[in-house]
Amino acid sequence: MRVTAMRNVIAIAAVALLVAFPLAARHWQQLFYVSFASRILIYALAASSLNLILGYGGMVSFGHAAFLGTGAYTVAMLMAQGLSSAWASWPLAVVVSALFALVIGAVSLRTRGVYFIMITLAFAQMIYYVFVSLRSYGGEDGLNLTARSGLGFGLDLASDITFYYVVLAMVVACLYLMQRLLDARFGQVIQGIRDNEMRMEALGFATYRYKLICFSLAGGAAGLAGALLANQNGFVSPNLLQWTQSGTLMVMVILGGVGYVYGGVLGAGVFLVLEEVLSAYTEHWQLALGLALLAIVLYARGGIAGLLSRPTRGGEPGG
Amino acid sequence: MTATDHVDLSVQSGEFHGLIGPNGAGKTTLIHQLSGALPTDSGKILFDGHDITRASLHQRVHLGMARSYQITSVFADVTVVHNLALAVLARRGSSLSFWRPLAREVALFEEARTLAQQVGLRGRENTVAGELAHGEQRQLEVGLALATRARLLLLDEPMAGLGPEDSQRMVALIAGLRGAITLLLVEHDMDAVFRLADRISVLDSGRIIATGTPEAIRSNAGVKRAYLGELSA
Repeated sequence: MRVTAMRNVIAIAAVALLVAFPLAARHWQQLFYVSFASRILIYALAASSLNLILGYGGMVSFGHAAFLGTGAYTVAMLMAQGLSSAWASWPLAVVVSALFALVIGAVSLRTRGVYFIMITLAFAQMIYYVFVSLRSYGGEDGLNLTARSGLGFGLDLASDITFYYVVLAMVVACLYLMQRLLDARFGQVIQGIRDNEMRMEALGFATYRYKLICFSLAGGAAGLAGALLANQNGFVSPNLLQWTQSGTLMVMVILGGVGYVYGGVLGAGVFLVLEEVLSAYTEHWQLALGLALLAIVLYARGGIAGLLSRPTRGGEPGG
Repeated sequence: MTATDHVDLSVQSGEFHGLIGPNGAGKTTLIHQLSGALPTDSGKILFDGHDITRASLHQRVHLGMARSYQITSVFADVTVVHNLALAVLARRGSSLSFWRPLAREVALFEEARTLAQQVGLRGRENTVAGELAHGEQRQLEVGLALATRARLLLLDEPMAGLGPEDSQRMVALIAGLRGAITLLLVEHDMDAVFRLADRISVLDSGRIIATGTPEAIRSNAGVKRAYLGELSA
């Protein structure tokens, strides 16, 4: 109970800081960082959705970018057709991505281990080539969004600060839902399957069904991240669905903490800040990232979240 | 490879049926096939008159047949009651609940606590399963199978690796189930099998070579040969 209370205090403090951030940025006239923070938040959502299946469901999917890209393309294509309302296109992005995940999962989840990794990768690459071949939507060159999605209520997403707050609200809501889900029956069953699938079967759980639902939910959440990312970039291209993008999401999760609620958030933050800072000095910034990843994998399996949460598992502070 | 071959085994409702046989006779393979963990190439498995040969592991549990494992297979990272609560949850149908914390499901944990006591883990309810002593883990293993409320339990060597004291406790635990369930007990501990079973079947090289009361099995010549004197004492 104490750990949960501690976790809530940290979460509330973090949200408060994130709410105050644009005000500070405006005060010091560094609005660029607001847009950068939006980007981090969007990737935090994408990485968290991967963490749901990878960290909690034990499903090592190497094709998660497919759902991110599908969500982004759904918004861009609808806008190209003249439908720009966020209220229509964002939920559709979620639904389409979740359906893609449902179909891909239905096939992939019949395999295990390295075969599962390969088959998810294969499906993602197939979707990648589908979007490359869509000439009318830009093909390989991608597609520009004419504007950001419309929200109504006098809110204009063209403002980076408004957009930031909408993204923040979405990400916080999704993470809260994920937290609820993980503590509830469904999440506990999913984690039981991760720990010992055969035993869960022997207790009477139809484990395949639970894994498939989890996979589909994660796909939907990644689709929402994609919808936001399309708005953030004002542009979509097949690169969003490249397998390297799936790799990036996986690196974020490992860096942040596989199977930790805030692993995806921390991983996305550290990854993108590292990229931003280091790429100013050298083209080879990924070398530093590689070393950081190596250190994490060798010495801190729980990633950054694992390192941070260790003290809260001990006794009373100072006693 | 054929691990079990023309096995003809019938377990009567309500009876405690022992299954013994030398190492490598195919006992665990048979349990895997009966429970649905391994496919059956030929032949039929009937349960309550229904053909369940093609039913999956989890379907068979809902039909009323559950198993335990020879190699302890509990959820090592969570507490004893959490282990049992998961098992109770499996029986209660859908777990497509995404909002209410499991920890607040009082009825579930109430039943889990009762089960913990039934398998002799009173006072250990909130211990993380991985930190239990080996004997206690074996008790939890049986508890998980019991939680399914299956009418037929397939216990795969519940005494595996237990010292004399823990074995006694396990025998008492199993004896206490008499009347409530039907049991197929695979066990290496001959004392235990002969004390618990109403009838015993002997599996050798994938075939049932004898079935009968403990007395009949004790005096069966073929069984003696299969065990090369193991039973002669």
